[in-house]
Amino acid sequence: MKTNSIDYKSIPGWGIDIDPENEPTYPMKNYTGDDHKRSVYERSEPQPVNIELLKSNERPAFSMVFGESIPPSGLSGMIRRYAFKHSEDRYRHWIPLILADRVNAWEGIVDDLKKGTIPNIFAERGMKSEMKYNAGPFAKKALTTVAVGIALYLLCRKKK
Amino acid sequence: MLAMNYRGPFRVRAEQRPMPEILHPEDAIVRVTRTCICGSDLHLYHGMVPDTRVGSTFGHEFIGIIEEVGPLVTNVKVGDQVLVPFNIACGKCNFCKQGLYGNCHESNTMATAVGGIFGYSHTAGGYNGGQAEYVRVPYANVGPTVIPPDMDPDDAVLLTDVVPTGYQAAEMGGIKEGDTVVVFGAGPIGIMAARCAWFFGAARVIIIDHVDYRLEFAKNYAKCEAYNFKSMADPVLFLKKTTDWFGADVCIDCVGCEAEGNALQTFTGKITLMQAGAATALQWAINSVKKGGIVSVVGVYGPPFNYVPIGNVLNKGITLRANQASVKRLLPKLIDHVQSGRLSPKDLITHRVPLEEIADAYNIFSKKLDECIKTVLIPSTKN
Repeated sequence: MKTNSIDYKSIPGWGIDIDPENEPTYPMKNYTGDDHKRSVYERSEPQPVNIELLKSNERPAFSMVFGESIPPSGLSGMIRRYAFKHSEDRYRHWIPLILADRVNAWEGIVDDLKKGTIPNIFAERGMKSEMKYNAGPFAKKALTTVAVGIALYLLCRKKK
Repeated sequence: MLAMNYRGPFRVRAEQRPMPEILHPEDAIVRVTRTCICGSDLHLYHGMVPDTRVGSTFGHEFIGIIEEVGPLVTNVKVGDQVLVPFNIACGKCNFCKQGLYGNCHESNTMATAVGGIFGYSHTAGGYNGGQAEYVRVPYANVGPTVIPPDMDPDDAVLLTDVVPTGYQAAEMGGIKEGDTVVVFGAGPIGIMAARCAWFFGAARVIIIDHVDYRLEFAKNYAKCEAYNFKSMADPVLFLKKTTDWFGADVCIDCVGCEAEGNALQTFTGKITLMQAGAATALQWAINSVKKGGIVSVVGVYGPPFNYVPIGNVLNKGITLRANQASVKRLLPKLIDHVQSGRLSPKDLITHRVPLEEIADAYNIFSKKLDECIKTVLIPSTKN
């Protein structure tokens, strides 16, 4: 990439209206004047990379520390790898990640079954509290679901 | 150890997982004694944050006891009782050095638009969170802060996010003496923002929500006016009328991407995901603030984009200010506010639930059952 190498300070009027007090992000940001030396700072030593780590392509290298949880795997992992080929500006990054999350939820159920565990989706959705604090609307919703199910079943049978 | 385990939208459970380990010389392992469910955890729980992987442990509001430290950790020691800011910050990059601890450049490999956050998806760094008995805390020389011995742990746990975020929401509003401040959202953050607006000299604080029990609580806790937008034909028009037709001096969005109140926003943002959540509160904030006013945003939105009236931002000359709270920067001041009695964060806590019952805790908080405002999870290893 070509960089602009002109001596911008020689441009007539350069810097004439600089007002160091005009810092709209204060007090959130305690401006030190070092924004243009931002690449130069003492870094911590890097965390060893022992897992597959997907990196935003908007940064040149891994951050010095990172989360070690849940490396990409399976079909959702393939989708995530595709997503990370695209910058954070692109839908091609975010939409596949949402899709991967949905696929991953099904993979989680399959993993549970493989381990011999039948996921207790009723308990995982907090239905105990639902029945305790929201029994009326919950019962109404359950009855509606059952009624719609029966209606669909009867409709299908009639068509046959 | 026992930890929360995300299984997909609206599904979580507590189960045994391996103990966290020191992976970097500046890491610490913290035994969690209190941890909260945050309103922004619900965005993860509802499946609205991209790259939320099954098997993740959420939780960015927690306190605990240092159990183990890496060889380069000098600021805290084993046995210290610490509160841990939700931001993971190196303390050395240009952003951290300027107090922008929520924007650290060395804590998130997966995205550049946000710094590392505990238990907040791989978009925020892929760290396991504190809804567990133990948690790995990177950069332990920077974040963990020793809890003053006379501080109630219930106050301390709310200093990890709720209080700093609410306070910074008001701070970013640039409130001047005599200003009218409108806060959208009467969740814990909105209630705290309304309470803190008085610290900056507001003359009138109004909070807007649609949940009556929360509005009633906000009115008493934050000493503010509280209105239910469902009782109004048009909330923006109501706010214009009540501010002499000029608009509020400062509007604060404490709702974020799961707002209610606008059918088009709800359809495009929550049902079809054609935008990163429903930006109703931000739309109302922009349209309710005066010309030349300030809109402060701490409500969480997803990364892609949202439909907001940006033309009105230009034409009204609005200043839009937003950020994740810089917890470490604010802690000394906020600890003083709590210790002096000016703030009592623990009053927000309505539910204390064992970590084992996390699925019910999420459902209660998500559906606002049992008049829930703030839930604290208590691991069995707290003692």
